Amino acid sequence: MNHHQPDLDTSPEVSDEIRKTTCYMCACRCGIDVHLKDGKVKYIEGNRDHPINKGVLCAKGSAGIMQHYSPARLQAPMKRVGERGEGKFETISWDEAFDIAVKSLAPIREKAPHKLAFFTGRDQSQSLTSFWAQQFGTPNYAAHGGFCSVNMAAAGIYTMGGAFWEFGVPDWDRTKMFMIFGVAEDHDSNPIKMGLSKLKERGAKIVGVNPVRSGYNAIADEWVGVTPGTDGLFVLAMIHVLLKAGKVDLEYLMRYTNAPMLVNMDESSDEHGLLLRDVHGQFMVQDRVTGAPAAFDQKGVKPVFTGEITYQGTKYTPVFQLMTEKYLSDEYTPEAVAERCGITAETIRRLAAELAHVAFEQEITIDQPWTDWKGEKHQTMTGRPVSFHAMRGISAHSNGFQTCRAIHLLQILLGSVEVPGGMRFKPPYPKPVGIHPTPHSYATPGGPLNGPHLGFPTGPEDLALNASGTPIRIDKAFTWENPLSAHGMMHMVISNAHAGDPYKIDTLFMYMANMAWNSSMNSRGVMDMLTDKDEDGNYVIPNIIYSDAYSSEMVAFADLVLPDTTYLERHDCISLLDRPISEADAICDSIRWPVVEPDRDVRGFQSALIQLGSKLGLPGFVNEDGSEKYKDYADYIVNHERRPGVGPLAGFRNKDGSGKGRGEPNPAQIDKYIENGGFWQDHIPEEALFYKPWNMAYQNWAVERGIFDKPSPYLFSIYVEPIQKFRLAAQGKGELQPPDHLREQLIEAMDPLPVWWAPYEEQSVDCEEYPLHALTQRPAAMYHSWGSQNAWLRQIHGTNPLYVSGEVWVKHSFEEGDWAYVTSHHGKIKVPVVRMDALNPHTVWTWNAIGKRKGAWALDENAPEATKGFLLNHLIHELLPPKGDGLRWSNSDPITGQAAWYDLRVKIEKAPTGDGVSQPETSVQTSPVGQGPKDIAYGEEF
Amino acid sequence: MHPAASVIIFTALSGLGFGLLTFLGLGQPTVTGWSAFAFFFIAFALAVGGLIASTFHLGNPQRAMKAFSQWRTSWLSREGVIAVAALLVMGLYAALLIFADIRIIPLGWLGSALCIAAVFCTSMIYAQLKTVPRWNMPTTPVLFLLYALSGGALLAAQLHIAFFLLIALTLIQVLSWMRGDVSFAVAGHTIETATGLGHLGKVRLLESPHSGENYLTREMVHVIGRKHAVKLRIIAAVCFGLIPIVVLAGFELNHYSVVLIILLHIFGLFISRWLFFAQAEHVVGLYYDKR
Amino acid sequence: MTALPTSTAKKLGLVIDLDICVGCHACVINCKEWNTSNYGAPLSDQDAYGENPTGTFLNRIHTYEVKQPQKPAQTVHFPKSCLHCEDAPCVTVCPTGASYKREEDGIVLVNESDCIGCGLCAWACPYGARELDVKEGVMKKCTLCVDRIYNENLPEIDREPACVRTCPANARHFGDFADPESDVSRMSAERGGMRLMAEQGTKPVNRYLPPRPKADIQTDSDINILAPFLEPVSETPKGLLGWLDKALEAI
Repeated sequence: MNHHQPDLDTSPEVSDEIRKTTCYMCACRCGIDVHLKDGKVKYIEGNRDHPINKGVLCAKGSAGIMQHYSPARLQAPMKRVGERGEGKFETISWDEAFDIAVKSLAPIREKAPHKLAFFTGRDQSQSLTSFWAQQFGTPNYAAHGGFCSVNMAAAGIYTMGGAFWEFGVPDWDRTKMFMIFGVAEDHDSNPIKMGLSKLKERGAKIVGVNPVRSGYNAIADEWVGVTPGTDGLFVLAMIHVLLKAGKVDLEYLMRYTNAPMLVNMDESSDEHGLLLRDVHGQFMVQDRVTGAPAAFDQKGVKPVFTGEITYQGTKYTPVFQLMTEKYLSDEYTPEAVAERCGITAETIRRLAAELAHVAFEQEITIDQPWTDWKGEKHQTMTGRPVSFHAMRGISAHSNGFQTCRAIHLLQILLGSVEVPGGMRFKPPYPKPVGIHPTPHSYATPGGPLNGPHLGFPTGPEDLALNASGTPIRIDKAFTWENPLSAHGMMHMVISNAHAGDPYKIDTLFMYMANMAWNSSMNSRGVMDMLTDKDEDGNYVIPNIIYSDAYSSEMVAFADLVLPDTTYLERHDCISLLDRPISEADAICDSIRWPVVEPDRDVRGFQSALIQLGSKLGLPGFVNEDGSEKYKDYADYIVNHERRPGVGPLAGFRNKDGSGKGRGEPNPAQIDKYIENGGFWQDHIPEEALFYKPWNMAYQNWAVERGIFDKPSPYLFSIYVEPIQKFRLAAQGKGELQPPDHLREQLIEAMDPLPVWWAPYEEQSVDCEEYPLHALTQRPAAMYHSWGSQNAWLRQIHGTNPLYVSGEVWVKHSFEEGDWAYVTSHHGKIKVPVVRMDALNPHTVWTWNAIGKRKGAWALDENAPEATKGFLLNHLIHELLPPKGDGLRWSNSDPITGQAAWYDLRVKIEKAPTGDGVSQPETSVQTSPVGQGPKDIAYGEEF
Repeated sequence: MHPAASVIIFTALSGLGFGLLTFLGLGQPTVTGWSAFAFFFIAFALAVGGLIASTFHLGNPQRAMKAFSQWRTSWLSREGVIAVAALLVMGLYAALLIFADIRIIPLGWLGSALCIAAVFCTSMIYAQLKTVPRWNMPTTPVLFLLYALSGGALLAAQLHIAFFLLIALTLIQVLSWMRGDVSFAVAGHTIETATGLGHLGKVRLLESPHSGENYLTREMVHVIGRKHAVKLRIIAAVCFGLIPIVVLAGFELNHYSVVLIILLHIFGLFISRWLFFAQAEHVVGLYYDKR
Repeated sequence: MTALPTSTAKKLGLVIDLDICVGCHACVINCKEWNTSNYGAPLSDQDAYGENPTGTFLNRIHTYEVKQPQKPAQTVHFPKSCLHCEDAPCVTVCPTGASYKREEDGIVLVNESDCIGCGLCAWACPYGARELDVKEGVMKKCTLCVDRIYNENLPEIDREPACVRTCPANARHFGDFADPESDVSRMSAERGGMRLMAEQGTKPVNRYLPPRPKADIQTDSDINILAPFLEPVSETPKGLLGWLDKALEAI
């Protein structure tokens, strides 16, 4: 009875060739090795050499094959033949598509360029798209940051020249206590997972602050199930406790922040609340020795943090004192906030104590001399190994900006930004507000805009307002309603364009943004706006051009569809001019390139945009003789120069490929990237690795690499002066004045020190009636609406139940398989419910963007995504409930305009199961690409 | 477990066929000529039909011959080998009896023994599975044998024996249901042992690995129809056992009533066999928090 | 022959760290991706874009909630694939000899050309590790990437199962449990590696590292240990500012 086993070939051939490019299954931008066999994609794995993912790859990335061969891929340009929303199209040629686009756009450009609204979604080519829009001359351009991350980005940049999210990273190798606020599975999902794993290996403590204990929060050593929208209070209470115990890094605050700067305390002054400067414009502090104000960087000056000083007849108080007085107030005691936050006072104190303990008792020192910008030499680098990360859960509230500020502030008070073990910036960050552009919106018909659209206002003079005070931009970004809307407000475009507020537009041009579905608040309403007609029977929004690779919900609403390629068929650059992939230790950028050629009549959107640009004769896209300047995106990537010697890709510049960051265009640049595995990285010198904002070695290196044109050291802003300027205006100071109805909001919101207010929806609805918070989270295995067309991923998340807490479950006598009505002030949906105990008791939540419109994404009309899946979006309005003043108040953060998705309040009640279909049901859209095949067995051919 | 028609038909019919063959091999009744042909035809039709049905659920029935190779270790393989041996031996026995009118008694006994062995092997396919506690009991082979023999006895018109076998069957079946109902708990399998997370508290499934069904949930996490189990048990026991017993004990029988009893018995057998599968809980269900 | 080998030279298997698995499904999909076009038949999907999509996967992640009375509930992500049992019941039940356990490394495999698709092995497995592919009618299961781990066409560093190579959280480790000095053996010994459903007597090779104790499951009494760090320097803001001033002077 011997054991017998067959012979096995354990060394089968894996593939014919590996091509290395960049993933696009989410915004993480990992390096991938694409294995090709017989010209087909056989296997995709992580690129081990890649700085982002170091070989690992998530579920989405591994499902790339199914995305690349998705049956929902658009096949050719299309022109609408049915009514909008029906999905009836006629295939046309690219020539005809360009003709249609030019006929629509050229007259606009000549007469009223603002009649074009050009907004892009999840693309990674904003440096190109913004340049195009600028050359076109419309002020109406932005990407999707306004409904994604702007609170975090803007708060980080105004506070310390960079945010946790995308611009920074915890020092995974050294940090000993890590707090992660409001982070679902999201970009940078692989780096975060890898980082958490490192922390676990070293026994560092992970604290997850999130109403939902899923994903990262599930593995956190401690879960703080905070009530949505109260994180700011929680953090300010920890600041209260730490300040009271003197557990802040005074030396750090003195050297690297504006804590000692002097604030004008004279309420009658036009400069009330502004910082004292000397005649050279340099900030002043009170010198401890002389007692007199002196430039903060004057040699030998040791600043005072407290007290009051009168200078030239005006009283001044240091920022630190103002901050301390504010946060020591009783409203920030742990006891005062505990109930509201859903966190016990003991826990708040203990966590603060742990932070203090790790920061001040477990300090780490690296033997690495460095020199600061004042020329002072330091023998070592000292770090306080506490770090934070925060994302959308914090960002997507109407108090998100200030909450983000609060978290950044806490990290600063502990002295743990840009130090070993703390939070570190990823080049090109840190970058203070002053280096960023201010917003530009001045359009001349037939000419380009006067500068880049988006930027960081430093005062009311930077707002995008007409002389009459009306908004210049269709989204009302950079207005008194939301002065620091640094990423624009894509979520308001359709609503405003439909309402003609501030004006009507002619053409809506969008890319990769599913605005008719999951990327909009109030999806039903948006669909109605897109299909609404005026009394003459014309669409209220006359023309819609849309580019997408797949048959999404938004495609059905377009008049002209420009079919994009899949991510494996295109050129792209992940540019330092845009959203870079750098690490804290290295500057990095990367490319995509066609590792397989398209088998359809499609073009990469960026190439199509460039071609359209040249057909329109846009400056920057045509040569002097009017001929086409760039053949396609690849040509642009290599040859476009934003500043002399600085282009989309930083690596392998100059003819010989020697240029790092700077250098003339290299025709072989893309080949060099391909040779190098699809990316380029350049390590920061050892002495420049930390203290980047103040480290001369870093500053000089950054200049060499083209990040800045001159060293740009700066101080962190505990107190953000530009914000105070808006408040000052609201108080009646200065020439530029807000409308009266906004004064009160501005005075409250534009606080130069982080502050907390109850989310606006909570303030405007009856919370007794709507007692629950409702959230969405992105699952790890799905990205936006893309995942449902993916035969593998949709098996994981084909439906999305509403998770309700044990408390709510019992209260409503729910049982397995039950359905519920969920109602907000705006709408009502019917959804399946599931119990979850590891959940803040006042919160319900679901996975984001699983629900689909029938007929979209080449799915069966009865696909579970369309019958059981649902969108919470139907409950969220882009406007706050009417206040009775006839005004349209947007459901956004009052500072940045970030869409306040997570402010949603609902009530829940048991619903009859009925036909077991979620509501509202939407009509079927015709699929221009048919339906996917019944059965598949990928890999048969190999 | 999913009560697939193929396995229900297979176990029920082949059991009946081998049961009938057992009696025929023992010469009960002693038949010859056309009457022998009729009896053997029914027996072979049931046994072979059952065996053929068993191949319906195979993914690759064309390779079924390979299933005869692993008789040293696999009950399923043994079942195949012995069933074929039983059919061959009984075939020879029957052919000689029908066509040559020769009855080789030891050959019949050998055939009967093989038939019983075949039924036993069938039962062991299920009884061996620790993963299904309801099956993993000594009563499983006993039950299978009693079903085969009592059904066989009825078909062979051995009503006296059938009477006692049916009483035994009914008792063992009831016992088996009762033991089966607690078998899962007795075996000690829980979601906590399955996940090893019991030391952290009470475990429940929050999210299934995939939002839809998969092979495992279709095949092994069958929960549909169980709520009617008690009713179905009563109907089954009344049909396969009680009515036949009562009728056999107290009524004058004719051909028609015997046929009726047999049909009733078979009806009960099918319900009971459906319950055998439908009520069986596989431990893998624990991972899905469903049993 | 479906007899189990009396012993195997190696006991290759996985350590799965439940303390770090975030439930991202990376291993699930990368496994599917690798195995749909390598060893054996593809892992097919039925009704792939339809009403009831379902397909063959060799690895799936369950998510559990674990709760003690009066304590916050805990979420545990739980990947599950073949455990390559020493006493693999799935092997011995196989009527055709298609299922076997390799003598050299203990990997349990299905020789698909011998598989009749009877499904009995899947019934015999307590863990749900085997799935019958509907299209091919053969039993599919984790091969521990036997076509990777010895594959001379792959760089040496990549000769590990696809799930291990791709796991972003490093929650999966591959190695030889027969060697007490191997990383997997040591990890398992240190962290109390669990055998699932030991009462089944299957002696699984794969081990699960239990989640480490959570801080929030303990009590806030820790505050006492750290209380000195929060001792207010003064009860009044003024006093505090005075203290700060002194502290600053010392810098």
